[in-house]
Amino acid sequence: MIQFSAITRIFHMGDQEIHALDHIDLEISSGEYVSIMGPSGSGKSTLLNIMGLLDKPDSGRYQLDGRDVTDLTETEQAQVRREKIGFVFQSFHLVPRLTAAENIELPLILTGISPAERKAQVEEALHAFDLSERAQHRPAELSGGQRQRVAIARATILRPTALLADEPTGNLDHRIGSEVMALLEDLHHAGTTLIVVTHDRELGSRAHRRIAMRDGQIVADEQ
Amino acid sequence: MKLRDTLQFSFKTITSYPTRSFLIILAMALGVAAVVILTALGDGARRYVVHEFSSIGTNLIIVLPGRAETAGNFPGATMGQTPRDLTLEDARWLGQLPQIRRYAPLNVGAAELAGASRLREVTVLGSTANFLPIRHMQLAQGSFLATGSEFSAQIVLGAKLAEEFFPDGNAVGQRVRLADRRFMVSGVLARQGETLGYNSDEIVIIPINHAQALFDTTSLFRILLEVRNRNDISSAKQAIRETLIQRHDGEDDTTVITQDAVLSTFDRILRALTLGVAGIAAISLAVAGVLVMNVMLVAVSQRTAEIGLLKAIGAPASDIRRLFLTEAAWLSLTGAIFGFILGHLGSLLIRLAYPQLPAWPPVWASLAGIVVALATGIIAGLLPAARAAQLDPVKALSGK
Ligand SMILES: Nc1ncnc2c1ncn2[C@@H]1O[C@H](COP(=O)(O)OP(=O)(O)OP(=O)(O)O)[C@@H](O)[C@H]1O
Ligand SMILES: [Mg+2]
Repeated sequence: MIQFSAITRIFHMGDQEIHALDHIDLEISSGEYVSIMGPSGSGKSTLLNIMGLLDKPDSGRYQLDGRDVTDLTETEQAQVRREKIGFVFQSFHLVPRLTAAENIELPLILTGISPAERKAQVEEALHAFDLSERAQHRPAELSGGQRQRVAIARATILRPTALLADEPTGNLDHRIGSEVMALLEDLHHAGTTLIVVTHDRELGSRAHRRIAMRDGQIVADEQ
Repeated sequence: MKLRDTLQFSFKTITSYPTRSFLIILAMALGVAAVVILTALGDGARRYVVHEFSSIGTNLIIVLPGRAETAGNFPGATMGQTPRDLTLEDARWLGQLPQIRRYAPLNVGAAELAGASRLREVTVLGSTANFLPIRHMQLAQGSFLATGSEFSAQIVLGAKLAEEFFPDGNAVGQRVRLADRRFMVSGVLARQGETLGYNSDEIVIIPINHAQALFDTTSLFRILLEVRNRNDISSAKQAIRETLIQRHDGEDDTTVITQDAVLSTFDRILRALTLGVAGIAAISLAVAGVLVMNVMLVAVSQRTAEIGLLKAIGAPASDIRRLFLTEAAWLSLTGAIFGFILGHLGSLLIRLAYPQLPAWPPVWASLAGIVVALATGIIAGLLPAARAAQLDPVKALSGK
C-alpha cells in the first residue's frame, strides 16, 4: 500500500545541507507490522512524517494505495490523512483543555459526523481502550499510559488503514510501554497496517519486519 | 468540519481561557457601550432641542425688522437708511392673510415691578390675547389679556413672580405697579421653566398698547404668526414678504423666519454632531480590534502544538483558519452584546439623572456598534487565523 521510490528530504541548516532521507526506496504492503529503528537523527521521524503526508519529499515519488500522493494539494493531503492515516506520538499530543472523550471525538468532528453518531462511536472507543471511567478527565488528570491510550483511540476512531507510531512508548516506563505495544499489536491483528518507530530493541524485535536506518538511508530490512 | 461544530468548538475554546476572553470582551464591550452612550447623548440633545422648538409651536412664523442678510445689489437705497419699523398696523395686515390663523405682536423690555411691598426688575412682554395660544402657554389662574380690552391695564404674572409677590396664591385681582403705571393682575401663567434661554416663570405680560407706551415706542420687536396648516408655511411666508414689501414702499427690509427652518437647521447640526461623536467612539472599537489581533496572535503561538495535532488528524488549513476566525467573531460578538446592554444601561442612568434629556440610543447606532465590533473582530482575526492555517504541522508538533 505504501510505495516510496527515491524519496529524498533535505533540510538546510545555515549553509549546510542535511539529507534526512537519502533516496529511500521502500514498499510496505497492507496489513504489515513494521518497526523502524536507528540512531538519533537517522531520519526515522522524517520518514514517518512523509508517509503520513505531514511533510513533502524534496524529490522522489510516493504512492499510497496505488495513488500518487506526492503532489497533492494541502486540502487533498488533509483528506488522505483523515481517511487513511492514524498518528501516535511520543508526547501524546492531547488537547489539554478537552476531556479524554472530547479528544477522541476530534477526528469525528473534523469529518462532519453527526453528534449522535459521534457519541456512540466515542463510547465504543472508550470501552475498547478501557477508558470509560476516565471519559470526563482532562489529560493532566491521566497517567502516561492512559494518555497514550486516549491518543491511540483518537488515532484509530476513523479506522485508518495505516497506523504510524513515532516512539509511542518513549515517554512510558517499560511495563506500561509493553501494554501500549500490545494494544497496537491488537490493532494490527485486526487488520491495520502498523508502522512503529522505536529505540527499544526488544519492542522493535516484536515486529514481523524490522527496518534499520542510518544517515537517511535504510541499512537493513529483515522479515 | 460542520459550521455548528466549528461554532461549538471555538466557543468552548473561549470558555477555556476565561481571563483572556474576559479582557477582550471587556474591551469590545466598552467600545460598543461608548458608541451607544455617546450617540444617545447626541441624539438626546437633538430631541431636546427639537422638543423645545415644538413647544414654541412649529406652525409659527416670526417677522422681525431689518434684513438678516445684507442686500448687496442696491447699496444706495439701503446705505444710511435705517430699516423701516414694524408696526401694529403691519401686524394687523399680516393677520388678514388667508393662511394665517392668528397673530400676536410682541414688544419686550424690562421694568420694575412693585406690589405687596416688594420690588424687582422683570422682563416685560407686551402682546395680545393670541400670544397665549401661539406660544402654547397655559394659565394657572385667572384669565389672560382679554380680547378687545387692549387698553385696560391688565397684567399676567409668571408663576414664580406670582409666588414671590403673593405667596398666599391670591394674586388674581391684586394691584401692582410696573414702572409708574398701575395694573391689575388678571392671571398667572402655569409653571413651565426654562425654554430656549429665558425663564417664562419670571416674566410679566401686559397689553401691547401699554407696553408701547411704557417703552415709549411705536415699533414692534416681533410679529408672531400662526399658520392654519403646516403645509401652508412656505406660501404664507411668501405672502407675508409680499405684503410687507408692499406696505414698506417696495423695500424688502424685514426678516421672516419660520420655526421649521430653524428647527431643521438645528436638527441637521445635531445629527451631524451625533454622527461625529459616534465616529470618535468607534475609534475605541478599533483599539479593541488591535487587542483582539494581539491576543489571537498569542493564542496561535500558545496553541501551536494543538494546531499541529489538528492538522495531523486531518484538519485542512481552511478548517483551522475558520476555527480561529470564529473564535475572534465569538469574542467580538459577545463583547458587542455586553456593550449593547452596558450602553443601554448607561443611557438609562443618564435619563434618570437628567430627566429633561431624552438620551435614547438611536437604533442605527446600536446596530452599527454591533456590526462594526463584529467586523473589527473578524478583520483582526484574519492575520492570526492565516498564521495558524499556514503552520507547518511537523514543526508545530515538535514545538519549533
Ligand atoms: N525542521 C528541520 N530543520 C532542520 N533539520 C531537521 C529538521 N527536522 C529534522 N532535521 C534533521 O534531519 C535529520 C533527521 O531527523 P529525524 O527527526 O527524522 O531523526 P530521527 O531519526 O527521528 O531522530 P530521533 O531518534 O532523535 O527522533 C536530523 O539530522 C535532524 O537534525
Ligand atoms: Mg524522531
